[in-house]
Amino acid sequence: MTDTDIPPYDITRDARCPLDPAPAMRARQAEGPLSRVRMWDGSTPWLVTGHAAHREVLGCPVVSADPGRGAPALSPHEAEAVKAAAAAPRPAGSNTSFIMMDDPEHARLRRMVTSAFTIKRMNALRPVVQQIADDLVGQLLAGPNPVDLVEAFALPLPSLAISALLGVPYDDHELFQANSKLLINRDTSAQDRGAAQQRLAGYLDGLIEAKMADPGEDLLSGLVERINAGELTRAGAASMGVLMLFAGHETTANMITLGTLALLEHPGQAALMRNSDDPKLTASAVEELLRFLTITHGGLRRVALQDIEIAGQTVRAGEALIVVNETANRDPQVFADPDRLDITRDARLHATFGYGIHQCLGQPLARLELQIAYPTLLRRIPSLRLAAGLDEIPFKHDGFVYGAYHLPVSW
Amino acid sequence: MKVSVDQEKCVAAGSCVMAAAEVFDQRDEDGIVVLLNPEPPVNLAEDVRRAAEVCPAQAITIEDKR
Repeated sequence: MTDTDIPPYDITRDARCPLDPAPAMRARQAEGPLSRVRMWDGSTPWLVTGHAAHREVLGCPVVSADPGRGAPALSPHEAEAVKAAAAAPRPAGSNTSFIMMDDPEHARLRRMVTSAFTIKRMNALRPVVQQIADDLVGQLLAGPNPVDLVEAFALPLPSLAISALLGVPYDDHELFQANSKLLINRDTSAQDRGAAQQRLAGYLDGLIEAKMADPGEDLLSGLVERINAGELTRAGAASMGVLMLFAGHETTANMITLGTLALLEHPGQAALMRNSDDPKLTASAVEELLRFLTITHGGLRRVALQDIEIAGQTVRAGEALIVVNETANRDPQVFADPDRLDITRDARLHATFGYGIHQCLGQPLARLELQIAYPTLLRRIPSLRLAAGLDEIPFKHDGFVYGAYHLPVSW
Repeated sequence: MKVSVDQEKCVAAGSCVMAAAEVFDQRDEDGIVVLLNPEPPVNLAEDVRRAAEVCPAQAITIEDKR
């Protein structure tokens, strides 16, 4: 293959099959677990599409997630933002975005917030989230019919939950939802992205100041303890708060929206979930929906720090890799009949939360929210149905996280 | 079956607790894995294997007694 034969990076999903991975990604996957892809800037990183290779790369200790060490940018806007961040004079300790860092600093920072997401804490949060879901469904049923499920349920549920966990007043939700929307859109310019980041950091800093005077049991109060212990600067705590707040609601909101859509499109599966009171089936259904939909699509950016062997190929030190969750999730070697939605299958090896040291920190919270959201909707609104054709639903083709802007439903 | 965990590698995803709560727990202060039973009974073997498989940090090692 000559250099010009390398196919372009293209994650646009097919409008006729909006819940399946992009045709171009499926085509790369069909060629093998590792191939070259041409990026917007002409660079040709490795595209990792197989499930085993996904784990090999993301589990490898000499693979870096740091853009400063050469992890690639998926768009010009992203490259610009990385460049701007590197050039900006920032006070020491203010960069705490550990998702783009390597160990040991990554582990040090991540471990400052992991206590908030233990299974024990999630079990204690369960009645709170159930109450949030029940209240939202109550309001939805009392409101106009049809309604946009995103606005009425899918977005407020995780927003309320993460606000409770962080200790952020939900009354400010317009501020953090609007700015998170800017951060998650891949077409947001570096300038707008920086401004949104700053508005959120300023907001979080004000909250941190309040928690310093009057600490509670929430995650932000936990960060205040770290500031007092000298392990974290105040700016660092605010930046970590932004990451938690932002990552904590857009993702789950999209998953509630698309998961509900997938269940409505598969009425047999929806009936199975509605009529079961087995928490194990609900849990397995959530894993399967996470696998099937792979809202975290497009690829994780990495760079090899040493020569490594992946799927029988040598990846050289300094070469960039784009590791694709959505094709790993449709790998027939791991998931039989991978294009079929089957909520009874064991889908726990799915790649939607990533793999390796950066695997999603908030996954126990996401699971809790989803395990409550779908059955609550299906049982309390048994006649729930789409109020628009599949082709009329505005899907998020421009986001780092896939989803839909609106989902009109009626009952 | 003999199980061991590496608390240095652990990233506190909680996947092992979900797969086999009888064998794995988490520290309250940072969510890092705590091994409750290094020699789990046969009836838990499948759950423990699953826990090791879903661990994103490869922090769980299983030694099978033959």
